[in-house]
Amino acid sequence: MAINVKVMERPVGDVSYVRATLQGLALTLKHLVDPHRVTIQYPEEKWDLSPRWRGTHRMLTTEDGKAKCVACGLCPTVCPANCIKLVPGEDEVGNRYPLVFEIDEFRCIFCGYCQEVCPEEAIHLGRHYENAEFNRAQFVYDLERLTAQTHPVSTLWDPADPRGE
Amino acid sequence: MPLDPMQLEPAFWPFLIATVVKMLVVFTLYMVVVAYSTLAERKVSAWIQDRHGPNRVGPWGLFQVLADGVKNFVKEESMPGDVNRPTFLLAPAIAFTMALTAWAVIPFGAPLPTPWGKIDLIVADAPIGVLYPLAITSLGVYGIVLAGWSSNNKYSLLGGLRASAQMVSYEVAMGLSVVAVLLLMGNVSLPQVVALQAAGGWNVVLLSVAAFVFMVSAFAETNRVPFDMAEAESELIAGYHSEYSAMKFSMFFIAEYANMLTASAMFATLFLGGWDIPFTDWDTTGPATVAKALATFAIFAAKIGAFMLFFIWIRWTLPRFRYDQLMSLGWKFMLPVALAYIVIVSTGMLLLDIAGVTRGSGAYLLAFLGLNVVLMGLLFVILDRGRLISPASSRLDRARVDRLRAVAAGRSSIAAGEVR
Repeated sequence: MAINVKVMERPVGDVSYVRATLQGLALTLKHLVDPHRVTIQYPEEKWDLSPRWRGTHRMLTTEDGKAKCVACGLCPTVCPANCIKLVPGEDEVGNRYPLVFEIDEFRCIFCGYCQEVCPEEAIHLGRHYENAEFNRAQFVYDLERLTAQTHPVSTLWDPADPRGE
Repeated sequence: MPLDPMQLEPAFWPFLIATVVKMLVVFTLYMVVVAYSTLAERKVSAWIQDRHGPNRVGPWGLFQVLADGVKNFVKEESMPGDVNRPTFLLAPAIAFTMALTAWAVIPFGAPLPTPWGKIDLIVADAPIGVLYPLAITSLGVYGIVLAGWSSNNKYSLLGGLRASAQMVSYEVAMGLSVVAVLLLMGNVSLPQVVALQAAGGWNVVLLSVAAFVFMVSAFAETNRVPFDMAEAESELIAGYHSEYSAMKFSMFFIAEYANMLTASAMFATLFLGGWDIPFTDWDTTGPATVAKALATFAIFAAKIGAFMLFFIWIRWTLPRFRYDQLMSLGWKFMLPVALAYIVIVSTGMLLLDIAGVTRGSGAYLLAFLGLNVVLMGLLFVILDRGRLISPASSRLDRARVDRLRAVAAGRSSIAAGEVR
């Protein structure tokens, strides 16, 4: 040989192409006749979400259909992504309510701090993830849309039950 | 006894019309099967990899091929700058046409009786038979080479070069493996080859080594894994068709699958008895009937399907060869094996003729079967021990590695001593 190539003597059983080929064919045939499919057929089948899954928001309402929110201003304060817009208002008996309550789901990082901080348990994150829209403006959910959401809300992490059991 | 017009050779005009009809039917069926073999490829690959495969268009994804076809027709055709336009446009046409033309001489069923005469189920019963597909598939190389060259792209050029070198190399082994078949059959006409196999046993039993060489060469000829050097995507993007888009790309794609089908049909005809139904004489003796034609066509389709499945199965199992491994396998292994086999087969035939064993008899079959079992055993021992296609490394246990290192150290000190 022109260049000094070191040729290793290896045991035939370990380097045989024929045997490796036959083993490989047996393996692929095994999977061909007995596939172990793990794919979820998405639109028809859906993954079971964790009860603590944090998806798009939902505003809970009182029995008379009004939002529970009292416009205390804690959620826009705590929001790290600065995606909640709140303009408080007050009615004639002195009850505070939100004049404008908008959440930009496009900016939201789904941390769940708003739900955690809310004293009235009004704003919640939901167990929902199918939130596609045709333009960005539609990602800004106003109060009407937040109250109209019906998906289940996410449960908060409980320190007493850290694994959610 | 009055002659039944349905069992006679047709007159000129019925023959001409029947040939045109056969061309149209074969072309249509061929394109449909090619389209569905792409779906089969995707489905089988998916199953092997524990996936589902295309399943959105139609039931079980059966209309996926239509969607693909429409997509390829309506997609934007990009024409890269600085390509050689005439050859760039000509290349896919050559690849496509040659892939389709090769099918013409393959018999796909027992003769079909019609009121106008007995129609042979073969588009063109050419007396040169076997040689025609070999010649046409060699012409198909031009499509790939021209595509690679005219694309003005170094990856395409390398892909084209590799494809041409590889196809020319394996053509030799393939041709020589066919020589063994021709020796035994004494005929190059494919209907005759089928008839003789139906009478005297399939060639895969009589000429196993030739079948093996033909099979490996068929993989190389069709640029399929493990010999898909021409479109080695990890090295050459997509090889010779990197610059092609839309229907021009699709024509290369169709050509690849058409070549697979042709190779499968050639293997089935030369070695698996063509349209012969095994273990029965019903299909080859007596007058032609429609049922016989349909049954033999079905069995031929089944043989092709099985071989196509084997093509796909291999593709999703084996990794690609290195280029030098490919070349050494072709020239240093397949070619000598095919040559030696010709000598052995002709010697065997001569000895059996001297011993007075008639061709096509059971003793003849058994003698060749025994010979082939021995030869296949030898072949696999050689392949097993051979270094030609062995991987460079494999998992070794600690003790062996230490021993090998010691051996290697001893050698290098000897080598150093020589230098000094």
